Amino acid sequence: MSQDFVRQLPGSGLLTQRKTGIGDAIHLDVPMLLLLLIISAYGLLILYSAVGQQIEPVISQSIKMLVGLGVMLVIAQISPIVYMRLAPWIFLIGLITLVLIYFFGIEVKGSRRWLRIPGVTNFQPSEIMKLILPLMLAWYFQDRHLPPKARHVFWSLVIIIIPVMLIAFQPDLGTSLIIAASGLFVLLLAGVSWRLVFSAIGLGVVTMPALWFVLRDYQRARILTLLDPERDPLGAGWNIIQSKTAIGSGGLFGKGLFEGTQSHLHFLPESQTDFIIAVLGEELGFVGVVVLLILYLLLIGRGVILSVQAQDTFGRLLSGSITFTFFVYVFVNIGMVSGVLPVVGVPLPFVSYGGTSILTLFAGFGILMSVHTHRRITL
Amino acid sequence: MVEPLALKDHSWESRIFFERIVVCFGVLVILTLFLVARFFYLQIVQYDVYATLSDKNRIQIQPLPPVRGLIYDRNGELLADNSPSFNLTITPERVDDLDQTLAHLGSALRLTDEDIKGFRSRVGRRQRPFQPVPLLFKLTQEEIAQFSVDRHALPGVEVNAKLVRHYPRGEMMVHAVGSVRRINESDARRLDAVAYSGTDHVGKIGVEKFYEEDLLGSVGYQQVEIDARGKVMKILESNLPSRGKDLILHVDSSLQAAASAALGDRRGTVVAIEPKTGGILALVSKPGYDPNLFVTGIDHKTYAALRDSRDVPLFNRAVQGQYEPGSTLKPIIGLAGLVTGMTNPDYTIDDPGWFRLSNSERLYRDWNWRASGAGGHGKVNLEKAIYRSCNIYFYGLAVKMGIDRLDDYLSLFGFGVNTTLDLPEARSGLLPTREWKEDTRGLPWYPGDTVNIGIGQGDMLVTPLQLATAVTVIANRGKWVSPRMLKSGSDLIERSTVPRMDSIELIPDPIWDLVIGAMEKVVHRGNQVYGENGTAWAYIGQDIEYRMAGKSGTAQVVGIKQGEEYDAEELEERQRKHAWFVAFAPVDNPTIALAVLVENGGGGSEFAAPVARAVLDHHLLKSTTNSGQVVATAGEEL
Repeated sequence: MSQDFVRQLPGSGLLTQRKTGIGDAIHLDVPMLLLLLIISAYGLLILYSAVGQQIEPVISQSIKMLVGLGVMLVIAQISPIVYMRLAPWIFLIGLITLVLIYFFGIEVKGSRRWLRIPGVTNFQPSEIMKLILPLMLAWYFQDRHLPPKARHVFWSLVIIIIPVMLIAFQPDLGTSLIIAASGLFVLLLAGVSWRLVFSAIGLGVVTMPALWFVLRDYQRARILTLLDPERDPLGAGWNIIQSKTAIGSGGLFGKGLFEGTQSHLHFLPESQTDFIIAVLGEELGFVGVVVLLILYLLLIGRGVILSVQAQDTFGRLLSGSITFTFFVYVFVNIGMVSGVLPVVGVPLPFVSYGGTSILTLFAGFGILMSVHTHRRITL
Repeated sequence: MVEPLALKDHSWESRIFFERIVVCFGVLVILTLFLVARFFYLQIVQYDVYATLSDKNRIQIQPLPPVRGLIYDRNGELLADNSPSFNLTITPERVDDLDQTLAHLGSALRLTDEDIKGFRSRVGRRQRPFQPVPLLFKLTQEEIAQFSVDRHALPGVEVNAKLVRHYPRGEMMVHAVGSVRRINESDARRLDAVAYSGTDHVGKIGVEKFYEEDLLGSVGYQQVEIDARGKVMKILESNLPSRGKDLILHVDSSLQAAASAALGDRRGTVVAIEPKTGGILALVSKPGYDPNLFVTGIDHKTYAALRDSRDVPLFNRAVQGQYEPGSTLKPIIGLAGLVTGMTNPDYTIDDPGWFRLSNSERLYRDWNWRASGAGGHGKVNLEKAIYRSCNIYFYGLAVKMGIDRLDDYLSLFGFGVNTTLDLPEARSGLLPTREWKEDTRGLPWYPGDTVNIGIGQGDMLVTPLQLATAVTVIANRGKWVSPRMLKSGSDLIERSTVPRMDSIELIPDPIWDLVIGAMEKVVHRGNQVYGENGTAWAYIGQDIEYRMAGKSGTAQVVGIKQGEEYDAEELEERQRKHAWFVAFAPVDNPTIALAVLVENGGGGSEFAAPVARAVLDHHLLKSTTNSGQVVATAGEEL
């Protein structure tokens, strides 16, 4: 424990020195860790089926998860004060990498999302921005009176819009929307007046049709496909028709683990990545999906508890935003696969195959744990 | 260090935060419940729908198309079989750059814009991804070899073999056998989708069309589990197809060839019938076309050339062509006259070369009429009227009989009605009646109309097949046999909807003897003084080894004005008369009856009779080499 930061608040008899447990000793939240491990294990099982019962991808994914856990552990060790102090600088570096992408980015399928660090690795600045933006905003609000004043709201919106736009024009609409959400959650939790929130939502609804003209053709096609997948059943509609078919044909208990025909006969596209919940729905049915949703909800619930227990504005806003952003992942992915949201490339947390998002997710929960386990006092 | 106010704010802030986070968590729970409801809807409420869709994806009923029945001629010669045809197919999902692949193929193989257009439209009509789409049909061996060289550079492009209809005799047999065509969109609407799944062709013309149901066979299927790339993972169930029935036709290929050769390059038709059975021995219509062109899809240019040709090769003159019967009708009119007592064998007229109705100025001329007045046949009885083809006699006889009685007797021979059992294109010609004229022209029947009918002209129309059938009835002395292509192999012929004719009884043998005898004289009466020989004797009757009964005829194409002589050279070739000849042989026991038409040929005896003679010669003198029988004998010896 970093005793430097422990301060006794004067005149506060209710506050006592917090008890320390084994989790606190290594700066981990045990319930959260357990939930993460259960979800990861469940995810690996689904992945094992989705890849056609090959062990190599599962091992590769497990390694990524272990690395992720390692990253989480390291991040949890570092006090939130450090993050808070570094926040503006980290944000600046994040913005610079986003700008660099426009000059040095690797172009894949017409969009630039990756930056090559010569000799080391490729990394995706937008992925890290998912954590950096709430960090920056939490820093921005931590020493300000809340609920925020109008000009603070304005400047925080500026802070949000810069990275969101940079990412939206890569183009990567899905990620930019999630990053926007992560920033807006900070604002919402900071206590922006409900009037402003509902006005913004109202404005959004009203300007929605105008948005149509801003969208690119493929984005419009995705929305049209959502409304009527049958308009191009072999093309744009194929994914969504097949994923709904996979899910629907699972029924209550599913076709049995490894017995999904939609995925194993390759009707279901992206069955190992973005559309993996269709595999779950097909093989383990409604029950399997509900179990996963309950696990997510428990994890989010734990995140909410940790956020509420956080002792300062910075910790609260950061933890709350990370927790709710996690839900956005879950909702957007599942909504997309089950045909209630347009197709955007968002993986299903801890289940979809792929490394980048796993690291960000564990890092996010590492921040939550850092905030939680570096408390000076218990309530 | 920390102000009390700030502390107060902290608790205020945490209250706001708490309130906010509870609201957000509430919304989040509601959204999660919404997702649960969505999955409940998909997985529980709509389970049946999606379970079916999933099975439909996974389980494919693959049709196993039957092999189409073969068609043989009476001697066991193949007229229609099935041979492998190689198609070039592309699976678009396996191709990286379709345009580039097409360009590459275009440089290596013949590939027209039309091919590409057709290909793209077929791509659009696919049911599932990874279905190969045909691009080019009927590759030659060289093209396959050419493609093989490039193959490695063209993933997703393959050569597929499929059995398709093949007509070994090509153009020669096309109008007799008919042909299949690729199933087009309007066919697809009409046909039973199940029975034709996996089958690309349907009998569109002639025998192929009439016996379609039996030739097709019945489709089999296999239920397979496939993956999304269409790859068969396992066969769950299968039911083999049963091949179509083989048909044996009455047609004699060698006779058909002889008839075709006899017509040469002229437009025309030969229809030969076996009087005992009504079986069609030969059915030639020239020009024809190669039906194989149509099987795998004909290119537009070739098709347009066939369609727009002045010679109408696609048109089956033998069954669709409707012509004036001309003088070939005279034996039947004479027969009717004798039976009705309107004339008798001894009744004789004095033929001045023209005929005039009592209250009319109009002259009806004989064919040998001369403006100088030198024409005419002199004293003419019925027999001579037939073998000299005297118009004047028949003008008078027709007028005496009247149109109603003529119609009664002509219809007994199948005029004005289609009696062909199994050729769907066959037309019924036209037997004009009072009612017909009233209905179509709003005019009463004039005696002048009857005059024309007397020599097979005016409004009357027959198809060559109808005329051959009528001659068959004469050869059979009144016994009717419905003309047919099929010898054996199908019961569908019984279901033919054409009327079955009653045999003509009540005609005493002496009358048949007289008329048939007169027809015999058309060919065999020779070495007489000028104007006394049978009309065809000079052309075909002089060195004949068997007895033939025949009758020539000419059908007018354009009317000749009063007072003008007919001069073939003055008329454009296409406006010349059509030359007819009908015949049967041997007279005492006919084994073949036929009708020959040479379009714009000129005189029937001169131009059509030699064709008839060639066909009869072939049938009666050379048909001993019957390959079918030889095979049978060989079998017995074993």
